[in-house]
Amino acid sequence: MSLPAKVETKNLNMFYGDNQVLHDINIKILPNKVTALIGPSGCGKSTLLRCFNRLNELIVGTRVEGEILLDNKNIYENGMDVVDIRRKVGLIFQKPNPFPKSIYDNVAFGLKINGTKDRKQISETVEKSLADTGLWEEVKDRLNTSALDLSGGQQQRLCIARALAIEPEVILMDEPTSALDPAATFKVEELVSQLKKKYTIIIVTHNMQQAGRVSDYTGFLYLGKLVEFGRTNEVFTRPKEKLTENYISGRFG
Amino acid sequence: MKQGRLQQYLGFAILGACALFVVIILFVILYDIAVQGAGTISWSFLSEPPRAGMTEGGILPAIIGTFFVTIITAAFSVPLGVGAAIYLSEYAVEGRLTRWIRASIRNLAGVPSIVYGLFGVALFVRAMSLGTSMVSAGLTLGLLTLPWIITTAEEAFQTVPKSYREGSLALGATTWQTIWRNVLPYAFPGILTGAILGISRAAGETAPILFTGVAFFLPQLPGSLMDQFMALPYHLYIMSTQHHAIEEVRPLAYGTALVLIVLVFFLNLTAIIIRYRLRKKYQR
Repeated sequence: MSLPAKVETKNLNMFYGDNQVLHDINIKILPNKVTALIGPSGCGKSTLLRCFNRLNELIVGTRVEGEILLDNKNIYENGMDVVDIRRKVGLIFQKPNPFPKSIYDNVAFGLKINGTKDRKQISETVEKSLADTGLWEEVKDRLNTSALDLSGGQQQRLCIARALAIEPEVILMDEPTSALDPAATFKVEELVSQLKKKYTIIIVTHNMQQAGRVSDYTGFLYLGKLVEFGRTNEVFTRPKEKLTENYISGRFG
Repeated sequence: MKQGRLQQYLGFAILGACALFVVIILFVILYDIAVQGAGTISWSFLSEPPRAGMTEGGILPAIIGTFFVTIITAAFSVPLGVGAAIYLSEYAVEGRLTRWIRASIRNLAGVPSIVYGLFGVALFVRAMSLGTSMVSAGLTLGLLTLPWIITTAEEAFQTVPKSYREGSLALGATTWQTIWRNVLPYAFPGILTGAILGISRAAGETAPILFTGVAFFLPQLPGSLMDQFMALPYHLYIMSTQHHAIEEVRPLAYGTALVLIVLVFFLNLTAIIIRYRLRKKYQR
């Protein structure tokens, strides 16, 4: 792992009030790879994910120690623009959360708030983003209907298209298929494998088969600590830690 | 099992009777006013000022007065109330200060309206030298409406799913962009309904305008917002309790009551229609 990391945490500790939820996390996320974060419920994997775009700060009483480097710049440094960070680091939520707007307006949202005025440019980006998520053919005739009329799987791909439209560098995914049926899950997983050509992807999942299918690297978290991190096939076939082996073989979790 | 069924039946009957009782009272009042007031309503009643010591003629000045005062009330209390609600719901960090503010607002909502009237005299009429005028009365009614608007608007903001805010922030929107584009549109039906209901209540208030600008009788229409005015609720109060020929003017009082009720009804109906339309657009 001598490649330069896209995202790197250094001695990351995170607290909710007096309760420490992440302990001394050191992880290197490589560019154009899919990194999966796995672990039992409450292990801190979603919390860690939301540290990468500083969305945890919305909860009163959170405190972060240590560093998270994005292209070698600490995003927690004073004076860093949190809005700018979130434009570079997109997040896909566990439950699809399209806005109660039209399909078109959902995808155009990020561009509009970024000040893009050029209508042609907006509509081109909307089409491209929808095409990149395989949604264009399905929705091109009803771009002005409500996004809430789409199926759950389509909604989630719309949310991915919405994130792609502002061309982030890193895409965070927080159990993106946990609310979807197997067919829709398959489409999203396929999409993840395609997207890594352009983006760095970090995906949280409680589904170990999914981690095995889509990811290049896997980190196993337990009780707020990063127990093991390495190439996915190694973590799954020859885990170094007994704890990882027990989790992966289904002995707890 | 049998006893359970009897209890169920009894409970249903008692609760149903409660609901029926409320509806019956409402209909008795509406029926009485509609039947007794309908004969008075005519074009001249709506379009002429009172004549002959208010024993003849219509109520045009009162309609106009209530109309403009209500607009002043809305223009003052809706932006201020919604602004305060945005601050409390979206910006303020929960703590002692917000608890203190919320407790104050709740207490304000319980203050009798006559106290608002006297406060209006002290602040708007005297201290701000606005005199007894439509502006003073409108602002006083605005103060009365504020707690209601703040509370209902804040409730409307609370119904906006957290995921809309997070989704927007995660795309790099600022807090203000998130509020303006993703929270306000969704909360809008609730805010509007609350605002219209609050304002329609204010339109029917008498005590707050009593000392701040309403007049017993004005033969002509107000020429500016700094003038005194006649208002429907106060006119009704005069016609039914203070007039020298109460029996004689009773039909006029009923007519006034009917106009006031219809006005409030239309305001509420507007609120319902707007809410229904926007709900269809934003929620499924």
